[in-house]
Amino acid sequence: MEFMTEISSIQNIIYIISSILFITGIKMLGKEDTAVKGNFLSALAMFIAVSVTLIDVINPMVLLSGIAVGAVIGSAIALRVKMTSIPEMVALFNGFGGAATFLIAWSEFNSIPDSLFQHILIMITIYIGGVTFTGSLIAYGKLSEKISIAKTSIITKVFTTLFYASLVFLIFAIIQPVTPSVEFNFFTILLALTLLGGIGFVLPIGGGDMPVVISLLNSFSGIAAAFAGLLLLNNVLIVAGSLVGASGLILTIIMAKAMNRSINNILFVGYASSSSSTSSEEQGEVSPISVSDAYLILESASSVLIIPGYGMAVAQAQHVVRELGELLEENGTEVKYGIHPVAGRMPGHMNVLLAEANVPYDVLAEPDDVNPTMDVVDVAVVIGANDVVNPSATEEPGSPIYGMPIIEVHNAKTVFVLKRSMSSGFAGVQNPLFFKQNTRMLFGDAKESIGGLVSEFKE
Amino acid sequence: METYVLLGFVLILSIYLGLELIAKVPSTLHTPLMSGANAISGIALVGALILSTDSNLQTAIAFLAVTFASINVFGGYLVTNRMLKMFKKK
Repeated sequence: MEFMTEISSIQNIIYIISSILFITGIKMLGKEDTAVKGNFLSALAMFIAVSVTLIDVINPMVLLSGIAVGAVIGSAIALRVKMTSIPEMVALFNGFGGAATFLIAWSEFNSIPDSLFQHILIMITIYIGGVTFTGSLIAYGKLSEKISIAKTSIITKVFTTLFYASLVFLIFAIIQPVTPSVEFNFFTILLALTLLGGIGFVLPIGGGDMPVVISLLNSFSGIAAAFAGLLLLNNVLIVAGSLVGASGLILTIIMAKAMNRSINNILFVGYASSSSSTSSEEQGEVSPISVSDAYLILESASSVLIIPGYGMAVAQAQHVVRELGELLEENGTEVKYGIHPVAGRMPGHMNVLLAEANVPYDVLAEPDDVNPTMDVVDVAVVIGANDVVNPSATEEPGSPIYGMPIIEVHNAKTVFVLKRSMSSGFAGVQNPLFFKQNTRMLFGDAKESIGGLVSEFKE
Repeated sequence: METYVLLGFVLILSIYLGLELIAKVPSTLHTPLMSGANAISGIALVGALILSTDSNLQTAIAFLAVTFASINVFGGYLVTNRMLKMFKKK
């Protein structure tokens, strides 16, 4: 017995070392120069913590085979995934983390909690873990466009109701005194309702709001792990879980601010569908432009700002965009990229795509950096972005997106908008930018249009 | 109960520390930060390893928990590393 307590104190000391490595790792992950090393340190911390835990497990064969299966599946997904699919893949991995904490709490419940406090902890951990699990799976489905169920459909409404029911039931489960006779039934209901509730939590939320949802689910998976740590009296789970919870929370807040909406509005209200009456005819006509005319203007420009959006990801146009940027620079033009925090489907989505296409990160600028000097930009090229460049946000107090910080391309001398058609953006709001005097619409697939410009430059 | 109070203290300090450490991350790194943090939440693996395997049901739960957490850990770290390697300065 004495030997066992010794092992557990050695484990606890190693857990502290691992926690320090996690903290240092996540700190280094926040700076460009040290990020790779930071990720490595955090992986090392994980390796140490897992190894020292494995020393005295009761059933090593079962657990090691679980690790092996997980390693094979996880690595296969991670090494094959395309950079455009990163958002859904992060959602998927996040869901697996949630599932693990859900199962941990379930197992602890089966081992019979010995105090009311443990009982409460188990219920909360089950709930957060379960909602993270199924919520992330739905986010995965929506991001990979495997699920497209309208917000107004009956299915969405049923699941939304189940989400609220699950919350009520969670409160019931928490105050329910531990009475073994009815336990099984009420607990099974809680497990089921939690999983269904997670579906209902994410199902009504639209694609453009996904950066917020993913950040929040990321935060949940960390909080769930921290609660599981409380339950198992394990300090490294608490520290690592809390760090993730905090980082997800910060990203959630940054994303919500970038949309100028409250988290409550994003999760439970959504955009008011009031776009019906602001008709497009009173806004005038759009002026289309051909690829060769666009080339002539770009060729004589001395400063160009490129604003990518989700449309660039869909068209897989990041590589030709980089090529165009390089040709412009060879031509003596100053090229910058204006990246809005919520462009794309997850925080930093555009940055990753452009990094994949070898665009150096120091030419990527945030709205606050590019807006003050917008009037000296000769051409702003908007590629598949819409709401993040909508001047209604600054000009029309009645607009649903009024107050959202945007990239003010309408102040540039000329604006090219690359777009497939005249459909409105995710928010369902008409974009007066398209009708401005200085705007030219370059209709068609972004990849083909940019490709056309590239070949004009090469000739 | 005293243990819980102490661990609760650790929890609150860690959240506070996390908020301080990550508050000023440049937006370029938002995706890798999220994916790296996501890998860290795979720490649930340590919890899954110490679950009881008394009955068949408990063994099955432990096995599944370990598998899910491992997918999260291996996938998360690998993809974060892949992404970060692409970030280059001019």
